[in-house]
Amino acid sequence: MRPAMPLPSVLVENATAGLAPEVVGKVRVSDTQLYLDGVSVSFDGFRAINNLALMVAPGELRTIIGPNGAGKTTMMDIITGKTKPDAGEVLFAGRVDLTKLDEVAIANLGIGRKFQKPTVFENLTVFENFELALKSARGAWKTLLGRLNSEALDRIAWALDTVGLDTKVEDIAGSLSHGQKQWLEIGMLLVQDTQLILLDEPVAGMTDAETKQTAELILTLKGERTLVVVEHDMEFVRDLGAKVTVLHEGSVLSEGTVDHVQNDPRVIEVYLGR
Amino acid sequence: MRNQLETLAKPRPLLDRKGWAAFLAIGFVLIVLVPLLNILPGRGSALHLSDYLIPLLGKYACYAILALSLDLVWGYAGILSLGHGAFFALGGYAMGMYLMRQIGTRGVYGHPELPDFMVFLNWKELPWYWQGFDSFPFAMLMVLLAPGILALVLGWFAFRSRVTGVYISIVTQAMTFALLLAFFRNDMGFGGNNGLTDFKDILGFPIQAPSTRIGLYVVSVIVLGLCFLLCRFVTQSKLGRVLLAVRDAESRVRFLGYSPTAAKLFAFVLSALLAGIAGALYVPQVGIINPGEFSPANSIEIAIWVAVGGRGTLYGAILGGVVINLVKTWLTGAAPELWLFVLGGLFIASTLLFPKGIVGMVGQWKAWRDQKKAYALDDKAAAQKGAE
Repeated sequence: MRPAMPLPSVLVENATAGLAPEVVGKVRVSDTQLYLDGVSVSFDGFRAINNLALMVAPGELRTIIGPNGAGKTTMMDIITGKTKPDAGEVLFAGRVDLTKLDEVAIANLGIGRKFQKPTVFENLTVFENFELALKSARGAWKTLLGRLNSEALDRIAWALDTVGLDTKVEDIAGSLSHGQKQWLEIGMLLVQDTQLILLDEPVAGMTDAETKQTAELILTLKGERTLVVVEHDMEFVRDLGAKVTVLHEGSVLSEGTVDHVQNDPRVIEVYLGR
Repeated sequence: MRNQLETLAKPRPLLDRKGWAAFLAIGFVLIVLVPLLNILPGRGSALHLSDYLIPLLGKYACYAILALSLDLVWGYAGILSLGHGAFFALGGYAMGMYLMRQIGTRGVYGHPELPDFMVFLNWKELPWYWQGFDSFPFAMLMVLLAPGILALVLGWFAFRSRVTGVYISIVTQAMTFALLLAFFRNDMGFGGNNGLTDFKDILGFPIQAPSTRIGLYVVSVIVLGLCFLLCRFVTQSKLGRVLLAVRDAESRVRFLGYSPTAAKLFAFVLSALLAGIAGALYVPQVGIINPGEFSPANSIEIAIWVAVGGRGTLYGAILGGVVINLVKTWLTGAAPELWLFVLGGLFIASTLLFPKGIVGMVGQWKAWRDQKKAYALDDKAAAQKGAE
């Protein structure tokens, strides 16, 4: 167990923007679902992430916006172990050091990720995609002899229903529309039983109606799961109505409600005002 | 909905009803009918299957196992190994060492313990790594361990360093080439250039006797059938789906919490074991094992069998292994200078014209016919419109 430690004041200020005043000052690292502090990473001299600090509480829904190259996807790569930071602390559930783990171990901790480009297994059916995502033993022998129990089927049925793919169970995932693939991927995160869900542009390429449905879906998950959503679509971000973190050049530029960040002159300058 | 899910969740059968019927029918023909046709009809009879065909068919069965083993890693896990000939040869050498020890004093030099080539090289005693090979069970264990351990070590280093795609092909190709050079050396103690040959008997049966040959042929076919079912078991399991997922989107699999390294290593080692078994069955039927089996070209040829037969289907690989070797046997007799051109041509044709191989051609032909029909209907509609 990691001892509770006082937070840098700037971090407390950022993380608690929008919280009731009596809560401010009482946030502990051990109470966070996701905690990043002083995280930096460079690629060939380019600082993709620069002294980034971010705190997400359990059950929180957080949206992250920022211009291209702000480091949004790199941040997700760092959290999921695809990229190792040069410096800084990345903690899950306030105590697990994610920088020491690889992608597989991090996924098994309960951190799931939806990629910017929908990546489902195109040659497998919708059912088989769910089957693979389902929380279960992951070893080679266990999967060789693995069987689905009734509880597992309940989960799959629930996820199919939640993402509205119940009529497509036996379809090959490659034959789904773009929006349906996005939902399939979200559904896979649901059966994977992840505590922390990272969604990278979940509504890219969706119709307006699909975008609205996705926002509703995400809102039903809020509270139960911790969600971090990266998105460009401001309409969608507004629909989610969650706290927004604005990234710019690899660090946090502003944090707060949608209105707060939209009125922040620094944000207007680098992003919204353009 | 719930019923549908329950049906989908049932463990998948190894083969469906039609599949079993075909499997058993082919098994009956190969295991019962072929030997009977060789034994029963008189030499002059039109039904008589000549003696030289039996070891030839046995050899094809070994090639089919080898093709099957490559399809498991290439067709399902996406690992294009261009070194499977090495696993095959290692299995073959292990069997060859057993067969050498069975010669006893019947060698040219009549040495009770040392194989001829060791006497010739003036070796005084059997090297440590030849110990135990006089025992058949030990030799069979080595048939599995030698290729298995090599695959485990190579695969572990390669897969955990995330060596994929063309790089893994190059690594495996380099491995078989390195082994080729090593086995050519006389002081390796495996007979150098000449390899191991002049076998006398296997488990006490004279190796050249027609009855032994039929026995070896039947065992090869049975082992092929069992290997096929084993591969089906793997590919029909959830692990089979994990392998397909690794093949199509390896990094995505990692974010789901599966280790692609473990899945690939499982498939790679299992595949090497099958290739080793194929080699062990092959050697007594052809009567020799030499370093030529390690040649990089051999391994590439296996990939061509699988590509031509049809990847990711298992039976396609078997078909490819048998068909290409039939053509090879016929052509290297009829017009040997043409063989390499035909082989290369087949590979190019399979890549360009029938990427799903022979077994995929049926589907391709159906799609083509449907498309033609659709065009014909379009033309008809257009003509009607024009007439109006």
